[in-house]
Order: sequence, then C-alpha cells, then structure tokens
Amino acid sequence: MQVTGAQALVRSLECQGVDVVFGLPGGAILPAYDPLRSSSLRHVLVRHEQGAGHAAEGYAWATGRVGVCIATSGPGATNLVTALADAYMDSVPIVAITGQVPTAMIGTDAFQESDITGITAPVTKHNELVTEAERIPAAIAEAFHIASTGRPGPVLVDLPKDLLQAQFTWSWPPVMDLPGYRVPGPPDPERIAAAARLLHQARRPVLYVGGGVIKSDSHEPLYALAELARSPVVTTLMARGAFPDSHPLALGMPGMHGMYAAVTALQEADLVVALGARFDDRVTGRLADFAPRAKVVHFDIDPAEIGKNRAADVAVIGDLRVALAGFAEAMRELVASEGPTDTADWVELTAGWRRSFPLRYTQEADGPLKPQHVVERLSALTGGDAVVVAGVGQHQMHAAQHYAFTRPRSWINSGGLGTMGFAVPAAMGAQIGRPGELVVAIDGDGCFQMTAQELATCAIEGLPIKVLIFNNGFLGMVRQWQELFYDERYSEVHLGTAIPDYTKLAEAYGCVGLRCDDAGDVDAVLEKALAVTGVPTVVDFRTHDAEGVFPMVPAGRANDDIVLGPEFTAAEQQAAARREVTSR
Amino acid sequence: MSTHTLSVLVENKPGVLAHVAALFSRRAFNISSLSVGPTSDARVSRMTIVVDGASTPVDQVHKQLEKLVRVLKVEELAEDDAVERELALIKVRVDPARRAELLDVAAAYRANVVDLGPHTLVLEVVCAPGKLDSLLAQLEPHGTCELVRTGQIAIGRGGGTITDDMSDLGQEAVCA
Repeated sequence: MQVTGAQALVRSLECQGVDVVFGLPGGAILPAYDPLRSSSLRHVLVRHEQGAGHAAEGYAWATGRVGVCIATSGPGATNLVTALADAYMDSVPIVAITGQVPTAMIGTDAFQESDITGITAPVTKHNELVTEAERIPAAIAEAFHIASTGRPGPVLVDLPKDLLQAQFTWSWPPVMDLPGYRVPGPPDPERIAAAARLLHQARRPVLYVGGGVIKSDSHEPLYALAELARSPVVTTLMARGAFPDSHPLALGMPGMHGMYAAVTALQEADLVVALGARFDDRVTGRLADFAPRAKVVHFDIDPAEIGKNRAADVAVIGDLRVALAGFAEAMRELVASEGPTDTADWVELTAGWRRSFPLRYTQEADGPLKPQHVVERLSALTGGDAVVVAGVGQHQMHAAQHYAFTRPRSWINSGGLGTMGFAVPAAMGAQIGRPGELVVAIDGDGCFQMTAQELATCAIEGLPIKVLIFNNGFLGMVRQWQELFYDERYSEVHLGTAIPDYTKLAEAYGCVGLRCDDAGDVDAVLEKALAVTGVPTVVDFRTHDAEGVFPMVPAGRANDDIVLGPEFTAAEQQAAARREVTSR
Repeated sequence: MSTHTLSVLVENKPGVLAHVAALFSRRAFNISSLSVGPTSDARVSRMTIVVDGASTPVDQVHKQLEKLVRVLKVEELAEDDAVERELALIKVRVDPARRAELLDVAAAYRANVVDLGPHTLVLEVVCAPGKLDSLLAQLEPHGTCELVRTGQIAIGRGGGTITDDMSDLGQEAVCA
C-alpha cells in the first residue's frame, strides 16, 4: 500500500501502541497533522511546546511507557529543548518528533529552520535527522526502542517536510538498523553473590535507592532485600515512593535537604549499596567526605555510572529488576545458610536518629500558613495515595520531605535539571496516563507562572488535576540562599503575592480557583479542591514567605555539616553532630 | 606522557561527528587530537582520538563513547602495543647559507621535500608523534612559517584486529 511519509509517521506511532501525543502544529510538521485527524491517536493540543515536552515526561513517569511530543521546525523544536534536557538528566523515556524545513532548504537559513539535531545532541540519548522517507517507520521504531531500553532517555526524530509528503510502500514492522546500540546483558551472578556477601557481613549497611528502582519496577525485590538484610533504606529525590516511608527500615530522603537520619546513616555506614542511583552532588555533598568509611556496591544499568563519581568495590551492571531479584535470592540463601545479618544495633541507632531529629516546623493556629502543614494535611487527607507532581524549589523539597509516600510512581518531579515550570504540564501528562487517579501538582508561585498556560489545555481536556500553589511571593529557594549566604541581601527574588490574582487566573482558564491563607482552613479548602470533578482546580495557598527548607547541607560542604535549622536548639544541633540519640 | 589513544569505529552516517563532538563538549573532555577517515567498509568510519589523561578520565571517555548509538566499537590502544603515526606538512623558510643544514635535518627525520620555492620549502614527514615534536623543535631556528598536522592515527601491533570480536557489522565487512 502506498502511503505518504506523514501517514507512515502516524501509522508507526499507532503500531508502537501510542495512545496519546502532546503537540502543537506549524508549517514544517503540517503534513503530519492531516492523517492525525483520522487516527486512533489522541492529540492533546498544548499552548506551548515546552508543555508538550513536560507532559510527555509526566506521562512517562506516571505510566512507565514512552511519552510522545510533536512540534514544528525552528522555534517549535527549540521550545522542546528544556524538556529534552530534563528528560535526559532524569532518564525519562520520551520521543520527540519535530518537523524540519524541506531537505533542499536545509542549511539555507530557511524560514523556521533550526539545526535541532545539532542543538539537542548533548541533551538526548539519541537523535536523527531522517533523510529518506522510506526510513520513517524504522526511525520511529528505533526511537522507541532506544528511549525505552537500557537506561531510558529522550530521543528526537527530525522529519523534513518533503519526506512527510513523499510517497512510498508501507510495511511494518521495519528492520531496525542499530549495530552500535548495546543494552547490557543479564547481570553477572558472581558479582551479585559478591555483593550479597558484603551486605551479609556489613554491620552498618544502607540501601541507597535511586530512580532506577522506580524505572525498572523493582520495588518488590527491594522490599524483600531490605527485610532479608535488615538494612535501613534511603530513597533519593528520584526514588520517593520506591520504599514506603512508613516502613520501620525507611529513613527517608538523603541529600542537601534530606532527613538527618538518612544523611547521617550514609555518613556512618560501613557499606553503601547504591541501587539505580548515581552519586549526584545533591546527595553526596562534598564528594571526598561522602560516606567516608563505607565500601560501595553499585548496581546500575549504565556502565558509565560505575566509578563516575565514587569508586565501587563491587559493581553489578544490568537490568535492576533482574539484578535485585537475584540479589534478594542470594541474600535469602546466605541468611538460610549462615544466619541472619548482625544489624540490630545499627537499625536501632538509625531509628533513634529518626526519632531524635525529625523534620520539624511549627504551625501556630493564628500564625502564617506553613507550606509543610499543607503538605502534611494533603498527605493525611489522601492517605499518601495521590500522584504528587512538583516543580523546583522550596515547595518541591517540602513536598518530597513531608508527603508520606506509599507506592512507586506516585512522585513526579524535575530532579537532575531542576526545571522550574515542570509541575503543571507534567501533571497534565500524568493525569492523562492515569485517568482514574488523583493527580496533585504542588507548585511554587515562581514555577507556576512559567507554564501556567497549560491550564487552558487541562481545562479543555477536562483534566481534574489539582494545582496547589505555595504562594509566598518569592523565588523562595533563591531567597533562602540569599538569606543564608548573602547576609539577607535579597536581590531580584520578590514576586509579590497579589499579581496575578491566582483565583481569577484560574477562573479565566476555566478552572476552579480557591484561596487559603489560614492554617485552620487548610483541610476544608483541600477537601473542596479534591471534590472538584471534570476541570482543574487551582488553590492559592498564601504561605509564609520567610519559611526555609531544613535540614540543609550547604552547597559544597560535607554532609557531616548538616544544619538542622531554626526549629532545633543549639544543644540539639550539637547532639546531632555527636550522632547522639536523644529521644527514646 | 599521560596521553591515551582510542580507536573508535562509527557508523558512516550524517551527524556522527556532531554527536562525538557534542559528547566531548558536554562532558568537558579534553582531547589532543581527532582524526577521521573511511575504512574498507563503506558503512564504517574510523576515528582515532587522543585524550589527555591528566585532565580527562579516560575510562569515562571510553564508556560514554560506547553509549553513543552510532558508535560500533571503542578500543584503547596501549602505547607499546600499537603503531602510532602522524603526517605533517611543514613550510620552512630557507636561508641559502643554511640550506644544507636544513636538508640534513630533514634527512635525519626521513622528511621529504615536496615543494621548493625561492625562499621556502615544504617538508612532508610521517612519524611517531613524539618524533614529530622533536623535528619541529629542530626546524624552529630556521623559521617554520606554516604547519599542518593530520592528528595521530594508530593501529594495534600483531595479528589481532579491532573487529575481532564484532559480529554484525563484522569481519568481512570491516576487514575485507
């Protein structure tokens, strides 16, 4: 059967099992939008291509499937760059399809021409400017294969307009031509056995759980491993939800704004078992002082992560789901043959730290509204069962700290790139991927204003996302750094709480707009928001502008220098520095 | 010497060099030289990349290159286990009084005179990279006015080849 390149593109997406694409048409991609009309694909018309990119990411985070976004050439394509860079840093599988000027005009500075494969080479797992129409099905199949296998990531396929208009004979499946693409094979059982021996011998082990556990859906073998090894578990910003926060072995989040117990357990560990984690600077603090007495076992699917930041004593390369199942099995055998691990003192000590130096804030009944209080009430009212999406900044950290996560794929954020404006479009993608579930975006007022236009898309699509704006009138995290490190010399961080009026803005976008500035009203307002169906709800929470995020390890400092924050006395801070347990 | 030589087989497709260059830029890898040319298989090009090991973690360069989809094979060549060569064309000023001396230097390095002008000559030399540096030092007093170097290429010594353990784009393809 003869098809046009455009028809081939749409059919290829259908054959890949794609159900939804996020996009915005324009000149060069125009031919693709014609066959889209009669396709089974749902096209979500965004208001800005960056929104399409983040929506594809949110969809991928929420479902584990590949998210798809489409843009035209030139500015359409360049507007995707932030989302591609974000997906690259956080290993999110998305495929971006961009129109390109006709082949004969490439290089002539044609209207809406940009070298998008050149521009995105450093921020994609792979990209390709397709040069023959017949290759379109193969290029799409390869893009999905590359995006979703191995360490996931974004792939961009650039399609010149004349190729979309050319005719050729359709066939599927295409032959993939990827002689240089390698996905690691099964993990080495001997290395897994070596890892298990180290974990069995360890007296102060910590399972350092990263986003790879969520991406590989290996939370179940993780539970088994943690309980067999009787080892405390920390879940990074990318892995919140991989291990339930209510579990007695859970120490919460490590890192710059991690919980004291999680940060300190890593510092005092004799063995750190990194599972799909990459020793990011936000976790390690000053690298030379990170976990100074620990041996390291490192499981990852990406060989380049082994030894990149921290040398590994035992490295296991391969699919974490397979490797962790093998790891748990090897531990089971060791425990059966040689007895249980000797970690009881350590588990008690770390749990003591958790009790002694918890997250602390004070919500006075008639005082300013604290963002932590809103997160805690949301967590309680939703039973930890919502899909929580965050932007970047103080609100993100408060959400990651105070929401009690119960399950994987219930936390979606921009971890590595730190992309302000991520939350609203990512929540849109997550809601489309998980239509029956409660999706709540926790956003800052600074972040919200970067991508708020997608509220229009959400309203038109009838998506009942909840957007909780923590409106403190500031670029709060920057303000906090200026407060702490620039002697309160605030520079260009004040946004003001009044403009825009977020409730009116919400209503203008066809959403429900609510406001809350009193701690006593939080439950009622949240319940009202959660009850809305069929349209998005925006809540303007007027939160305390001087509230900081603590604990905090100042940038570039050792994790031993963790600051508990103003809610703790000097005596408590000193006790923490001495690793004392002060609360039984 | 902390330089490391990597032989890299890549698919001969548009954009491959851009991906390699983008990787070096993105990861802040310092490279001393890069040379690219075709192989006996039209589908495959070969790059020789010399990395400064003092400023750049060679292991990371190796692993990150292997992650590029269009890269088929990366092999690090040990210095004493490889033949390393570089071609240079050197335009040197000729002082008639020191002409014989200059030609003696050229002869000592087996450099050929490939162009002769009234006041200059062009030397062509193929040699190991260290030797080339020493030739350039010898020529400097005469006045080197222009220099072009290909960047180093290298091949492993002995019977083994870079494609020995490759299957699909394999033996007969690359080693025909």
